[in-house]
Amino acid sequence: MSKWWSCGSNQESNSIFRSEVMSLVQMYLQPEAAYDTIAALGEVGCVQFRDLNAKINAQQRKFIGEVRRCDELERRIRYVTAELNKEGHKVLDLMDDFPPAPQPREIIDLELHLEKTETEILELAANNVNLQTSYLELSEMIQVLERTDQFFSDQESHNFDLNKMGTHRDPEKSNGHLGFVAGVISREREYAFERMLWRISRGNVFVRRCDVDVALTDPKTGNVLHKSVFVVFFQGDQLQARIRKVCTGFHAHMYPCPSSHSERQEMVKNVRTRLEDLQVIINQTSDHRTCVLQAALKQLPTWSAMVKKMKGIYHTLNLFNVDLGSKCLIGEGWVPKRELELVEVALAAGSASVGSTVPSFINVLDTKKEPPTHFRTNKFTRGFQNLIDAYGIAGYREVNPGLYTCITFPFLFAVMFGDMGHGTILFLLGLWMVIDEKRLSKKRGGEIWNIFFAGRYIIMLMGLFAMYTGFHYNDIFSKSINVFGTRWVNVYNRTTVLTNPTLQLNPSVATRGVYPMGIDPIWQSASNKIIFLNTYKMKLSIIFGVLHMVFGVCMSVENFVFFKKYAYIILQFVPQVLFLLLMFGYMCFMMFYKWVKYSPTTDVEADTPGCAPSVLIMFIDMVLFKTETALPGCDVNMFPIQKNLEMIFLVVALLCIPWILLGKPLYIKYQRRNRPAGPVEEVDEIVEKIEVTTGKEIIITEVAEAHESGGHSEEDDEPMSEIWIHQAIHTIEYILSTISHTASYLRLWALSLAHAQLSEVLWTMVLAMGLQMNGYVGAIGLFFIFAVWEFFTIAIMVMMEGLSAFLHTLRLHWVEFMSKFYVGNGYPFTPFSFKDILIVVEDD
Amino acid sequence: MVSEWVAPIVITSIWAFIGIICPFFARGPNRGVTQCCLMLTAATCWLFWLCCYMTQLNPLIGPKLSMNEIMIMAREWGNEIKDTMAVTV
Repeated sequence: MSKWWSCGSNQESNSIFRSEVMSLVQMYLQPEAAYDTIAALGEVGCVQFRDLNAKINAQQRKFIGEVRRCDELERRIRYVTAELNKEGHKVLDLMDDFPPAPQPREIIDLELHLEKTETEILELAANNVNLQTSYLELSEMIQVLERTDQFFSDQESHNFDLNKMGTHRDPEKSNGHLGFVAGVISREREYAFERMLWRISRGNVFVRRCDVDVALTDPKTGNVLHKSVFVVFFQGDQLQARIRKVCTGFHAHMYPCPSSHSERQEMVKNVRTRLEDLQVIINQTSDHRTCVLQAALKQLPTWSAMVKKMKGIYHTLNLFNVDLGSKCLIGEGWVPKRELELVEVALAAGSASVGSTVPSFINVLDTKKEPPTHFRTNKFTRGFQNLIDAYGIAGYREVNPGLYTCITFPFLFAVMFGDMGHGTILFLLGLWMVIDEKRLSKKRGGEIWNIFFAGRYIIMLMGLFAMYTGFHYNDIFSKSINVFGTRWVNVYNRTTVLTNPTLQLNPSVATRGVYPMGIDPIWQSASNKIIFLNTYKMKLSIIFGVLHMVFGVCMSVENFVFFKKYAYIILQFVPQVLFLLLMFGYMCFMMFYKWVKYSPTTDVEADTPGCAPSVLIMFIDMVLFKTETALPGCDVNMFPIQKNLEMIFLVVALLCIPWILLGKPLYIKYQRRNRPAGPVEEVDEIVEKIEVTTGKEIIITEVAEAHESGGHSEEDDEPMSEIWIHQAIHTIEYILSTISHTASYLRLWALSLAHAQLSEVLWTMVLAMGLQMNGYVGAIGLFFIFAVWEFFTIAIMVMMEGLSAFLHTLRLHWVEFMSKFYVGNGYPFTPFSFKDILIVVEDD
Repeated sequence: MVSEWVAPIVITSIWAFIGIICPFFARGPNRGVTQCCLMLTAATCWLFWLCCYMTQLNPLIGPKLSMNEIMIMAREWGNEIKDTMAVTV
C-alpha cells in the first residue's frame, strides 16, 4: 500500500501519473555516527534499505545484542501495560508528537527505570498474595468461632467440661468427656469428608457443619471460594489422631476454638482487631501499587515509542555491511530521486550530532534491478491509490490508473446509485469526515472506522456525483421535482379524461420542447416509466462502458512510448482499438444516430417511432450477415450505405485478430534474428573501488538475489514457443473480454434500476402509510413511521446499496478498465520510517 | 425551435469552461491532479447530461398516466383540462 510519506518537496508537481524516479544509493557511514544517521533517516522516511547480509542468519548479525536488549525492554513495557489493564487503565499509544530516538546512553537510564518499576510491581504482587492469604485465614477463623456457638449450645446437656480448652491441646484423659476438632473445608468436599470420618471411627463420631455465607477470595487467583464450617465431636485419643489425618487429607483448615463461650468472645475480638489491622496494610499496599502504576502510566507511551525507534534503528543497522578493515558501515537503499538532497542533509546531520570529522556520504549507483514503486499521494489521492494497489502494485514507472480513478470511480458509482436524497446523505457523511478530519484522525474507532475514514474523500465525491446523477434521473427518494416545468401537456379534453382510466400521451402532439436538464418529471408518475428508463439507461451504460474501455486501451500507448516499445503501438494498440471501435464504437454511433433520426414529428414515414429499429438486433444482424424484413413503409437501414459500411467494419475487425496474434511474436523473432551475433551475457556485478581515509581499497561484489527480478527484460530470455503461447492467450483474452466487458457495463443500468425500485418500494410501503393517516393519531403515527423509514433509508439504501454499488464500481475498474493496459507487477516502496513503525492500527 | 438550442448551448458552455478553461488556472503542487480531475469531471458530467437530453429530444413513446394523475398535474402544474382537443402540429 502506498502511504503518506513524511518527506515532502514542492519542487515538482505531485502528479501520480507515474511512479517516482528511484535511485539506488550506496551509503558509507562512520561507525560513531551510524546510529544518529539512521535515526535521522528514520525521521525523514525516504530510504528503503536492502539487506546486504541476507546470507547471515539473525543471530550472527552485528547488532543482535542491542536488538535483544530492546526486546527485553519491550517485554517489560508489555508487562507493566498488562498490570495497568488489570487496574482498568488503558494505555494508549501515541498518535502524534513522538519523542526523538533516544541515545544509546539514555537507554541505560530507561533500562534501570523499567527494571526498578517491574521489580517493584513484582514485589508488590507477591506481598499482596501473602497479605491476602493471612486475611483469608483470619476470615475463616472468625467464621469458625462464630458458627460453633450454636454447636456448643446443643451440647450443653452432655458431659462437657466447660472449663477446659479444646482438645487440640492436651485433652482431658478422663473417660466420659467428649473432645472436638473445628475448622473450615471446601463445600464440594464436605460430604466425602463426613463419610470418611464415619468409616474410620465406625460411627463413633458426631459431625456438625454450617455454610459460610460471606464470600472468601483465593489469594492467588482471585476466585470466589465457597466453604463450610465443621465441628467433629469424638471420644478418645486414638480417634483424635485419625480425625486429624483425615482433616489434613481433605485440605481442611483446623483452627483453635475454646469450648467456653466467654473465651470464644474474647478470641473473636482479638481476631477482629487483627483483621482490621491487616486490612489497613492491604489498602496501603494497594495504594502504593496504584502510585507506582500511575507514575509508569504517564511515561509508558513515550518509553514504548523510544524503544520501538531504537529497535528499528538497530534492525536497519543489521542490514549494513560492516567492513572492519576500513572502519565504516556500507549499506544500499532505494531513494526517490527527488529526495536525494534530504538524504544527504540527514547524513550531514547525523555526522554533526556526534562531532565526527569524517563525513558519511552516499554514491548513486547504476543498476538494472527493478526499483520499487512509489507514488507521492496526498490526503485526497491516497484513498483512490489504495483501491488500485489492492488490485496490484504498478510496475516501476508504469502508467498509474489511480490518477483517473479519482473521478471515474465516484462517477460510475453515481450512475448506479443516482438519487439526490441518498446522494446528499452520503455527501454529508463524507463532508463531515473531511471538514473535521484533524480531530477525527486522532480518533481510535477500530478497523472499520479507519477504513471509512481513509476513504472519506471517496465517500464525499461519491455523494456529490450521486447528487448530480440523481438530479438528472430526477429522483429524490423516488420522487421527482418539477424544476424547469414539464414539457408534456395534456391535449385530451375533459370528456376523454373522465371516461378513460388511463391515457397515454402522444409524443407527436403532446410535447412542447425538451426538458433542459434531466428526465422530465412526468415520467416518475407514468406506469410505463420502466420501459422508457430502461432504454435510456442501457444506452447510457454501453456508451460510458465503451468510452471507459477505449480510454484504457489508449493508456497502453503511454506505456509503449515511455518504455520505448514503439513497434507495439502498431502491433498491439492499433488493432486493439480498431476492434473495439469498429464493433462497439459503431454500436454507440447507432445509439446516437437513432436518437436523432427517428422522431414523432417527422414527415418521412420511414423515420417515425414505429419504424425505429432495435440497436441490439441491428448489431446482431451485422455480425450474422442477416437482413430483417422491414415493416410496411419502413426502411430496414438507418442510413443509405449502412450494409456496406457494416461489412467493411466487420472485415477489418476480423482482420485485427490475426494482427494482434501474429504481429508481436513475428516482430520479436525478426528482432532476435537481426541481433548482433552471440548475446552478451550481462553479469549482475557492481564492482566499486572506493578509497577511504585509511587508503585501503574496498571491492564489493553484488550478487543478484533470487527474489528480485532480473536486470533485463524478460522477453529477451523467453523462448519463442512461450512468446507464441502468451500472445495467443492474450489475443483470445482481449477479443472475448471486449465482448463480455461491454455486457458487463450493463450493470450500471441494472443497479440503477434496482436502486430506484427499492427506493420506491420503501416510500410506498413505509412512509406513504403514515402520510395517509388522519387526525392527531395520524400525526403521532407519522412521527414513528418516519423514524422507521429513515432508519431503513440509511441502513439499506445508503449503506447496503452503497456498498453494493461500490463493489460493482470496483470491479468495473479492476477488470474492465485496468485489464486493457495495466500489468501491476511492481512491489511497493516501504521506506524505513519511524511513523510507520509507531502508528499501528488497533484491532479493538 | 430556437429555444431548443438555448439549454444545450448554455450547459455545454458551462462544462467547456470547467473542462477547458479552468485547468489553465490550476496552481500548486497538485496541479496535475487538479487539472485531470477538472477535465474528467467536465467530460463525464457533460456526456451524462447529453445522453439524458438526447433521449428526450425525440421521444418515441409517451407517458401512460391514470385519470387521477392527469387531474393532479392539471391542478398542480397548470395544464388546464380543456373542453376541446388541442392539437398543435
